[in-house]
Amino acid sequence: MTQHTVGIDLGTTNCALAFSDLSDGSGNVIPIPQLTAPGVVEERFLLPSFIYAAKDGEFPAGALALPWDKKISYAAGEFARSHGAKVPTRLVASAKSWLSHNSVDRTSALLPWQAPPEVDRISPVEASARYLRHLAGAWKMSRKIDIDSEEIILTVPASFDAAARELTTQAAKQAGFHDVTLLEEPQAALYAWIQSVGDAFRKTVKVGDVILVVDVGGGTSDFSLIAVTEQDGDVQLTRMAVGDHILLGGDNMDLTLAHHLAQGRNLDQWQLAALTHGCRQAKELLFADLKLNKVPISVPSRGSALVGGTIKMELTRVDVTRVLIDGFMPKVGITDLPRTARRTGLTQVGLPYAQDPAITRHLAAFLTRQSRIAEGKSFVHPTAILFNGGVFKARTLKERVIEVTNEWLAEDSGAPVKELEGGDLDLAVARGAAYYGWVRHGHGIRIRGGTARAYYVGFEAAMPAVPGFEPPVKAMCVAPFGMEEGTKADIPPQEFALVVGEPTVFRFFSSSVRREDRAGDTIDDVARKEEFEEVAPIETTLSGEAGKLVPVNLQAAVTEVGTLELRCLEKGGSGHWKLELNVRGKEE
Amino acid sequence: MRVKHIDAYRPIDANHAYRKNPAIVLYMARIGFWDRVKMAWRILIRAQFAEEVVEALDQAESARARGALPPERMHAPALTLLAAFQREGRLVDFLQQEVGGFSDEDIGAAARVVHGGCRKVFHQFFVIAPAAKENEGGPITVPSGFDAQRIRLTGNVSGKPPFKGTLKHHGWIASEVRMPSISETLDPRIIAPAEVELS
Repeated sequence: MTQHTVGIDLGTTNCALAFSDLSDGSGNVIPIPQLTAPGVVEERFLLPSFIYAAKDGEFPAGALALPWDKKISYAAGEFARSHGAKVPTRLVASAKSWLSHNSVDRTSALLPWQAPPEVDRISPVEASARYLRHLAGAWKMSRKIDIDSEEIILTVPASFDAAARELTTQAAKQAGFHDVTLLEEPQAALYAWIQSVGDAFRKTVKVGDVILVVDVGGGTSDFSLIAVTEQDGDVQLTRMAVGDHILLGGDNMDLTLAHHLAQGRNLDQWQLAALTHGCRQAKELLFADLKLNKVPISVPSRGSALVGGTIKMELTRVDVTRVLIDGFMPKVGITDLPRTARRTGLTQVGLPYAQDPAITRHLAAFLTRQSRIAEGKSFVHPTAILFNGGVFKARTLKERVIEVTNEWLAEDSGAPVKELEGGDLDLAVARGAAYYGWVRHGHGIRIRGGTARAYYVGFEAAMPAVPGFEPPVKAMCVAPFGMEEGTKADIPPQEFALVVGEPTVFRFFSSSVRREDRAGDTIDDVARKEEFEEVAPIETTLSGEAGKLVPVNLQAAVTEVGTLELRCLEKGGSGHWKLELNVRGKEE
Repeated sequence: MRVKHIDAYRPIDANHAYRKNPAIVLYMARIGFWDRVKMAWRILIRAQFAEEVVEALDQAESARARGALPPERMHAPALTLLAAFQREGRLVDFLQQEVGGFSDEDIGAAARVVHGGCRKVFHQFFVIAPAAKENEGGPITVPSGFDAQRIRLTGNVSGKPPFKGTLKHHGWIASEVRMPSISETLDPRIIAPAEVELS
């Protein structure tokens, strides 16, 4: 019998674990034992999302053992991160960003991305499964019961598309979890806030409010808009829109500061990592005490001669203001779009990192892209703002976001936003996820909204082939925006036939802004329209007599887990086939 | 993970458990059955002998423990602490260096590394609180029957308590110790491995 719900924040750079007790709704975060040095296991509230693929004999026997897995051959967590800084080719990092990267085969052994051939690589899905297994071990140690006998809420970025969500549940299955429900991270952050303020919620938030959740994690930025509405006298929360996936976060900030200070010095990888860490702390000090003008940073020598070998540096307020605030949070106009020219220093082979470091510009683009819900204004006007992510421990950065947002609002004759204060910036997502489990059992306010994207299958329009010219792609909406979990959408009958008995590939598109399309609507030339993004293709071999054409109806369903399923139902027959998203990469 | 709570207001007595339960001591000292019966009889009839037995057994027990474990195993937690201070704060490097010839600036830069790293370890492993709650530099009354381990008297030490004095240093008491669990298979003598970078 389920007694708890478990909230898991499977983050790009850190994971966290929390629970809610279903008897009274109380809950807390759970410490995660992890390797901090060979042979040393310590508890931390965050599990850094890093895996170190150790070489045979690199560490003494038993040095990587965990209380629940004595024979483990890799390290995950703090030691993986700190040692991996010295051996980057054996370090698996940002596995979650690879999960949402749809031009690679996400189930193939890709990581570590630049590992030498002898390293046993793992897929992004397996990496995620390993973090989940580690958390399951921590749960068992702390609570003395198997995590699989509990209800598990697993968070994903709001910007994850159907394929990335599917892969996340696949990772959970691989880790041996059976009862998993997905929840979007910004929603989890809001749930955590609702839990922390308790009854004050109704005083702070009013019907008509539009809450902007700005979640800047270590490696990603995620935006969501959640409206406060009323139905039959009850306050309701409706998630109206989510942003696109932006690979840009707090780690970029610290790394940029470190590169800035390291200019003209000869630092090795390890020293750069130490400097990055020093910059993070110095930055927090400068932001916490506005009277400070500079903070010294010491980068220790690699050798044992610490005195004399330590490199002295200083982070000044001018650096922080110029590099961080003006670089990552510049004052921009609401119509400024993120630049797409590739910048060095932020790019790394492989992952599609954001090309424009200006978070404010990404935010402006998000608010203006959602013009369909702007009620005649030039962009969506938020009335409240909730911050999440360790980056915002720096008050100055919160203030800058508020300042810029208020400037946009003032120009469009809107009222300034209020900040929803009191969130736990590092652990809110895990806490909120656990609390959501309690909400699912019928307590408190539930955030509704369904899918934050509409989905489309593509057909090539019938036209003569022209060399060098890609034929325009027509698309039919199969899953409209806002489908709730556990619901189905039937596509109105049309002349649609499937070839069975041989492999069939569909192109698949999504849109986070088109909320008016109904199932069955067709749109021309989607591949060239900015409103659409291509998702992993759908590939399937439908059983049946080879080459036979079967007339079908399409049906889309959003599962209770929160993933999307596409089915083909035979017209006038009993045949039905599930269509799978092909996450093995786009066929280029 | 071993989490050991120490009551800050109770004197720490390592032999406490043994004194309360001689059976443990007898078992651990591996004394034969008939000898135990004879001893039990004498313990029952002679209180002083009983005390002597407990004392002798305590000594035997600690000698046995000393003999059975090599020093690095007996003191493994101390070495673990040293390794953590070195890993995070380079404390051993710092202590091993002659610093006389360096400028305060160089020593200061190194001290930041040591302070930052060791402080992190320190707060992870220990929770500590002042031994006296009064403010330093302010008046304090030392009651009769005070705990002489918690409070040290200096200056004109004479007369009978309660004493009136000035709190010069508030002292420190560990209220919690959270040493990490360490793999038994590793040699605790290795405070820091030699690092070899392959190119």
